[in-house]
Amino acid sequence: MSTAVAVVLFVAVTAYCVFGGADFGAGFWDLVAGGDERGERPREVIDHSIGPVWEANHVWLIFCFVVLWTGFSEAYASITLTLFVPLTIAAIGIVLRGASFAFRKTVFRVRERRSFGAAFAVSSVLVPYCLGAVAGAIASGRVPAGGEAGDPWDSWVNPTSVLGGLLAVVVVAYLAAVYLVFDAGRLSDQQMVEYFRRRAIGAAFVAGAMALAGIFVLRHDAEYLYDRLTSEAFPLVLLSGACGIASLVLLVRTVHRWARVLAVGAVGSIVMGWGVAQWPYLLPESLKVSQAAAPSGTLGALLVATGCAVVIVLPGFVLLYVLDQRGLLPEEGVD
Amino acid sequence: MVTGALFDGLAPSILAVDPVPWARAQMAFTLAAHIILVPLGVSWGFMALIANYRGIKRDDAEALELAQRWSKYMAVTFAVGAVTGTVLSFEFGLLWPRFMGQWGEVFGIPFAFEGLFFFTEAIFIAIYIYGWRRLKPWTHFWTGVPLVITGILGSISVVAANAWMNSPEGFTLDSNGDVVDVDPMGVIFNDAMPLMAAHMVIAAYVVGGFLVASVYAVGMLRGRRDRYHRVGFLIAFTVAAVATPVQIGVGDSLARWLYENQPVKFAAIELVPETESDVPETLLGHLSSDGQVSGGIEIPGMASWLSDPSSGTSTEIQGLDTVPADERPTTRQVNTVHLAWDVMVGLGTLLFLLSAWYGVCWLVRRDMPKSRWFLRMASAAGVAAVVTMEAGWVVSEVGRQPWIVYGQMKVEDAATGNTGVWITTVVIAVLYIGLAITTVLILRKMSARFRVDDVGDADVPYGPNRPADESPTEEVAVP
Repeated sequence: MSTAVAVVLFVAVTAYCVFGGADFGAGFWDLVAGGDERGERPREVIDHSIGPVWEANHVWLIFCFVVLWTGFSEAYASITLTLFVPLTIAAIGIVLRGASFAFRKTVFRVRERRSFGAAFAVSSVLVPYCLGAVAGAIASGRVPAGGEAGDPWDSWVNPTSVLGGLLAVVVVAYLAAVYLVFDAGRLSDQQMVEYFRRRAIGAAFVAGAMALAGIFVLRHDAEYLYDRLTSEAFPLVLLSGACGIASLVLLVRTVHRWARVLAVGAVGSIVMGWGVAQWPYLLPESLKVSQAAAPSGTLGALLVATGCAVVIVLPGFVLLYVLDQRGLLPEEGVD
Repeated sequence: MVTGALFDGLAPSILAVDPVPWARAQMAFTLAAHIILVPLGVSWGFMALIANYRGIKRDDAEALELAQRWSKYMAVTFAVGAVTGTVLSFEFGLLWPRFMGQWGEVFGIPFAFEGLFFFTEAIFIAIYIYGWRRLKPWTHFWTGVPLVITGILGSISVVAANAWMNSPEGFTLDSNGDVVDVDPMGVIFNDAMPLMAAHMVIAAYVVGGFLVASVYAVGMLRGRRDRYHRVGFLIAFTVAAVATPVQIGVGDSLARWLYENQPVKFAAIELVPETESDVPETLLGHLSSDGQVSGGIEIPGMASWLSDPSSGTSTEIQGLDTVPADERPTTRQVNTVHLAWDVMVGLGTLLFLLSAWYGVCWLVRRDMPKSRWFLRMASAAGVAAVVTMEAGWVVSEVGRQPWIVYGQMKVEDAATGNTGVWITTVVIAVLYIGLAITTVLILRKMSARFRVDDVGDADVPYGPNRPADESPTEEVAVP
């Protein structure tokens, strides 16, 4: 049963990456969109694109946390104990990101929009970096189990964490750009389609290059992960690479619809690959999934909650996306 | 002992500070901020739906406009509520890793269901807020209904977790004190849960109602006596006025539950240092350092009588001295609990009287009270209701001290050993104060803009007065 809950956890982490991650990536493009005039149209597309969905996407993170602390309390306690600093920065960034995005839509003066926009965009980069660094710390075995904290700084300022952080920023930016190509298309803004298409291609190259460089980092800094990524998890790594290259080809050939699916496949399979590579550890080489697992009553309750989520939340989530994609959720209120 | 000190090697004398009081302060501060947004998230959707229903059913343009504007405000308060709530889920681990390591597998269960409801709420609030223009009126109305249901169920789930901390059940410990067996139903439906959950959900309606109504009361006092303000006031105030008497009844039952199940908290509430019968109800007053009650106004026998009316003033109330000093709140905490209790009951009673005034007027002549004094009090009722709720929350949390899990784990044993917590506390306090100020400014700004733009019903999408030839052509049916 602990295996089933661990799978649920990793599915939720993957969902957060491909849904919530893209909302952060949109913030990255908001940050680099330039001054008020040059950046006006890309920012408009970004606002339209993430406006109705970011809060629902954000809940995936809450869900991950709840499954982790309920199903694997010791792992949650160890992670929060060691990675106090990056998690605190992420929490603050999440507050700034969400609040300033909501605030920006309600103000119309350039100066105000600019300050809220800056807070939104900067924190949109900060949060994925911190969460990526946290993932790197866990994956490289720097979070010890058993109530002892690891090093408060070195645990997340190290080659694997830096790789994790940067990769997270680039990957979500890539995902977001691919989605934004599509969303600009829905708004029939050909110029913006082209704008984001070029950026998606650029981000895909950077992400690919970084992933290749990452192989060397992991080989020296996270041997356990490296060994498993090149054996058990290798098919997923290959799949991710293949999806990434295929999406790139389609973007170059302007076949946007399938590019989006493949981009999700590229990101999803590498996140799942991370999970497979860690198996059977939650905290590599110090805490196994089975050791950290809660009593069966708790795991059962989590699986029941997951079942309810599939029945209740999933249709709602699909409905939200269908309505959004059909342009039925154009803006808040009516004016 | 957990080590996790940020500054152990750097400058321990200045930067390394005992984390326990700071962890408590940070948790209390962030919860106190988040709890203000909860009522708006839970009850505002309900009020908007009433307005929305009226708007469609009775072709009421003002009601429809209210519903739309409320949904725009909700977009802001819900976003701030969602992110401040997320901070709490980080803090469980960042501030209380030993609590979560030991009890997460029990305490977490209600949150698994809360996550479910919050997810659904986030989905449907987006559909509702963004769907005004292009969904059909009744379809759109129905997308708001899940909001109301999930808001209620979500807060019940969160309170179930808090109730479990007061009434820990549904688990078995082995000889090492580790949790070995968990009964999820026993955890969720713990003994404290039904009354505490009811008290919080109704509080959400009381506070949300008074808070929204107070805005329109202020507007009316400033001379904005149009129908828009009147309808806005009536909907919100009626919700609060109906919920308030119910809340007093539930609160009374909860106090009696405490009398029977958490006697030490009850003794702190009633200022009872030693077990005795014929205990007076002490209004204000405090426990002095020698452990005696001083000051305040005593109503003879009242506390005993209220605890169990069947045995009247001869009801015996267990005193604080029945448990060792390190297993009960300190004198300062007792005084905090007692004062908070007086504030809650005092303001709650005033809110009840205000509701009764409104109720009587409505029954007698189908209209709200005409007196300006009523509007003045209604203007103050919003803030008063928030203070009442915060005071009630202080009673519940401080009254549980020194326990984080009643009778099982103390707060000091639950906290992180990280000596840098004071820094995050200061940073988060500054951030939240900025956030609070900005949120209020933003809401006021929106309201000012709505007033300027107030050009009748031109912006009502499916309002009654729209000329036939202007009927929306872009309306698309929901699949």
